[in-house]
Amino acid sequence: MSTATEHAHDDHHHHMPTGIKRWIFTTNHKDIGTLYLWFAFIMFLVGGAMAMVIRAELFQPGLQIVEPNFFNQMTTVHGLIMVFGAVMPAFTGLANWLVPMMIGAPDMALPRMNNWSFWILPFAFIILLASLFMEGGGPAFGWTFYAPLSTTYSGDSTALFVFSVHIMGISSIMGAINVIVTIWNMRAPGMTWMKMPLFVWTWLITAFLLIAVMPVLAGAVTMVLTDKFFGTSFFDAAGGGDPVMFQHIFWFFGHPEVYIMILPAFGIISQIVPTFSRKKLFGYASMVYATTSIALLSFIVWAHHMFTTGMPVAAELFFMIATMLISVPTGVKVFNWVATMWRGSLTFEVPMLFALAFIVLFTIGGLSGLMLAITPVDFQYHDTYFVVAHFHYVLVSGAVFSIMAAVYYWLPKWTGKMFDVTLAKWHFWCSLISVNVLFFPMHFIGLAGMPRRIPDYALQFADFNKWISIGGFAFGLSQLIFLAVVIKACRKQGEPVSDQVWEGAEGLEWEIPSPAPYHTFETPPVVK
Amino acid sequence: MAEQEYQKYYVPEQSPWPIVGAVALFLIAVGAGNFVIESTKGESGFGGWILLAGIVTLLVMLIGWFNNQINESMNGMHSDQLGRSYRQGMSWFIFSEVMFFAAFFGALFYARVIAVPWLAGEGNNAMTNEVLWPGFEDMWPLTKTPGGTETTAMGWMGLPLYNTIILLVSSFTCHFAHVALEKEQRGKLKLMLGLTVLLGCIFLFLQVEEYVHAYREMNLTLQSGVYGNTFFLLTGFHGMHVTLGTIILIVLWLRIMKGHFTPKNHFAFQAGSWYWHFVDVVWVMLFFFVYIL
Ligand code: HEM
Ligand SMILES: [Cu+2]
Repeated sequence: MSTATEHAHDDHHHHMPTGIKRWIFTTNHKDIGTLYLWFAFIMFLVGGAMAMVIRAELFQPGLQIVEPNFFNQMTTVHGLIMVFGAVMPAFTGLANWLVPMMIGAPDMALPRMNNWSFWILPFAFIILLASLFMEGGGPAFGWTFYAPLSTTYSGDSTALFVFSVHIMGISSIMGAINVIVTIWNMRAPGMTWMKMPLFVWTWLITAFLLIAVMPVLAGAVTMVLTDKFFGTSFFDAAGGGDPVMFQHIFWFFGHPEVYIMILPAFGIISQIVPTFSRKKLFGYASMVYATTSIALLSFIVWAHHMFTTGMPVAAELFFMIATMLISVPTGVKVFNWVATMWRGSLTFEVPMLFALAFIVLFTIGGLSGLMLAITPVDFQYHDTYFVVAHFHYVLVSGAVFSIMAAVYYWLPKWTGKMFDVTLAKWHFWCSLISVNVLFFPMHFIGLAGMPRRIPDYALQFADFNKWISIGGFAFGLSQLIFLAVVIKACRKQGEPVSDQVWEGAEGLEWEIPSPAPYHTFETPPVVK
Repeated sequence: MAEQEYQKYYVPEQSPWPIVGAVALFLIAVGAGNFVIESTKGESGFGGWILLAGIVTLLVMLIGWFNNQINESMNGMHSDQLGRSYRQGMSWFIFSEVMFFAAFFGALFYARVIAVPWLAGEGNNAMTNEVLWPGFEDMWPLTKTPGGTETTAMGWMGLPLYNTIILLVSSFTCHFAHVALEKEQRGKLKLMLGLTVLLGCIFLFLQVEEYVHAYREMNLTLQSGVYGNTFFLLTGFHGMHVTLGTIILIVLWLRIMKGHFTPKNHFAFQAGSWYWHFVDVVWVMLFFFVYIL
C-alpha cells in the first residue's frame, strides 16, 4: 500500500528529549497523545471515585453517608469530570496518536498549539476540583448547570466553575482546530477523502462540531456569570429574560456535545470490526454519509431535553420527529457493523470483545433514547433514572468501552509489546457483567418513577438500588484491572509484536514498526 | 517518491512557550474567578493581582512565542504547506468566534421574539401575564421590565451611525493596505494600515463615549433588564474584539516599519486583516439587530 517503512527510521536529526522536560515542552503528537490518555485515565478514576460516593449513599434509602449538598456536588462534578475530563480528552489523545499515523503525516499540523491545548486541561481541572473545598462547596447544580440553580441558588464557587469551563473550552477548540487542519492539509499524497480510515473521518466531523458548539457553551457560562454576579437577567423573568432560554442555549451546545462523545467511538468500532472479521468494512461510503448526517441533524434536536418545559406543541412535534430521524443514520451504522461481521472469519481478541459489547450495549442505549424521544412518554421518563440508564448505556458501555477497545487495539503498536491478555480478558468480563448490573436496573426504577439527582428515595426502590450499587462498586474495581494492564504495558512487559500486530489489520499505522518510532512519515508515504 | 520535489513540513522541536501559556490561563482563570467573587462582595483579596499576573504572563508568552515564530518565518523555515495550515487554522478560529457571538445573538432573538411576548401573555400564556406579571406589556426595546425597572432605548442615529461608517471605512483601508502589500507599495501600505488603526481607535473612543452617555444620561445600564443585558454584552464583547484587533494591527504596523512581510509571505498580515473584517461584519450585524430593529 505504501512506501512507509523505508522512511520511518530517518529520525536522526531530532534527538529524543528526556526527563520531565520531554513532557512539558513536547511538540510530538505521540507524547501529547500519551499525556492526554493518561490525564483522561486519571480523571476517569477521580470521577469514578465520586460515582462510588454517590452509589454508597444510594445503597440504602435514607440519608446515610453524605450531606445532601455534598451529594449534589458529587453528581455535578462527576458528570463534568467524566464528560470534559475523561471521555473528551481520551478521544483527543487517540486522535493525537493515530490521526497523523493514519494519514501519513509527520505530526499534527500545529504542534506547539497542540502542547498548549493539552497543558491547559490539568490546570482547568485543578480549579474545578479545588472549588470543592471552598466555603459553601463546589458546583452543586448538575453538570447541565440550569439557571436559576446556577445563578440565584448557587455558591461563590460558580465564578471559578465558569472560568474553568472557559479555559477547558479554549483547550477543546484549539485541539479541534488542530485535528481539522491536520486532516485537511496533511494527508499523504494519494490519501484521498474517500480513502481515509473511518476514525479519521469521524474525528474530522467531531472537530467541526467542537468548533461550532464549544463557543456556545462559553456564551452560556458567561451569561450565568453575569446573571449571578453582575445583575443581568438573561435567565430571570423579572428582567424580561427566561430560565428556559438557558436550557435552549445549553442544549444547543449539549446535544452536539453528546455526539462529540460518540462519533469518534463509531470511528474506532469501524476500525476494529473489519480487522477481526478479516473483511473490508461493509458500506464505507454510507458510514461517511451517516456520520455527516448525524452531525448535521444534531444541531436541530436539542429541545428533546426540554419536552417538559412547556414549549408550544409545534416545537414539541418538530423536535420529536427530528430526534427520531437521527436513529436512521445510527441504524445504518449498526447494520454496517453487523454486515461486516456477516460471514467473516471472526476471532475474539480483547479489542473485538469490547467492540462487540459496544455494538450490543450502545444499541440498547440508542433504543432507550428513541423511547425518550417520543414526547408524550418523555413526560413520564424525564428526569428519572430511565434517562440516567439511557445516557450511561451510550456513554459508559458506548463511548468508554470504545476507548478501552481502542487502547487494547493500538497499545501493542505504541509499546511494541503485547499486553497481558489474560488480565485484559478479566477486565473485559468483569466490566461487561458489572456494567449491566449497574445500569440495567436503572431502567426499571426509572420507569417506576425514581427521580434522578436525589440522595434519598422511596422504599420501593430499595432492592434495585442495592443491586445497582453492587454493580457500581464492581465496575469501579474492575477498572483497577485495566490500570494494571496499562501500567504493565507501559513498563514494556510482554511478548514483542510484529509491525502488523493483528492478523487482519490494515492501514498506514500497521506498516510502520512496532513500537512506533518517535517520528514517523517525515517524508510522506504514497498511498495507492 | 524520493525523486519528487518535496518541501519538508516544519515540525518544531520543543518549545517552552505553550506551557507558559497554560500557566497564564490558569492564573487568569483563578484570578478572574476570585476577583469576581471579591469585587461583587466588596471584599479585598488577591484575585485582582493573580489576574494581573496571569495577563502579564500571557503577554510575555505571546511576545516570546511570536518572536520565535517570526524568526523562523524570516529564516524561511516555513513551507507552503505550513502556511496553509496557519490560514486554515485562523479561519476555523474565526468560525469559533462567530459561534461565540451567535450565542449572544441567539439570546437577543429569544428574549425579543419569545420570552418578552410570552411574559406579556402571548399565545397560551395569558395567565403568566395575568397572575405573575400583571400589567406588563410587550415592547422592544424593553424599556420597562416585568419587574418594573425602567430605562431608555439607544437610538441608531448619532454615535452608532458614525461608528458604523468608521468601521466600514476601516474595512476598506485595511483591504487597500493588503493590496498595497501585495503590489509592494510600502508607503501606501504604511499609510493605509495606519489609517485603519486610527479608525479603530476612534471607534473605541466613541464606544466609550456612548457607554458613558448610556450610564449617565439614559439610565441604560448592564442591570436594565434583558435589553440592557444584550446591548452591553454584545457591544461589549464586540468592543473587546475591536481592541484585540487594533492591537494586532498595531503590531503588524510595527513589523512593517521594520521591513517585514513580502508580497508572497505575509500570513500574519492576512490573519490580522481577516480578523479585522470579521470584527466589522459582526458590527454590521450588531448595528442592524441591536440598534436599528
Ligand atoms: C440514538 C439516538 C439517541 C436518541 C434518540 C436520544 C434521545 C435522548 C433524549 C430524548 C434525551 C432526553 C431525556 C430526558 O431528559 O427526558 C436524552 C438524554 C441524554 N442523552 Fe441521548 N439520545 C440518543 C443518543 C445518545 C448518545 C449517542 C449519547 C452520548 C454518547 C447520548 C447522551 C445523552 C445524555 C448525556 C443525556 C442526558 C442529559 C442530561 O439530562 O443530563 N444520547 N437522549
Ligand atoms: Cu440530546
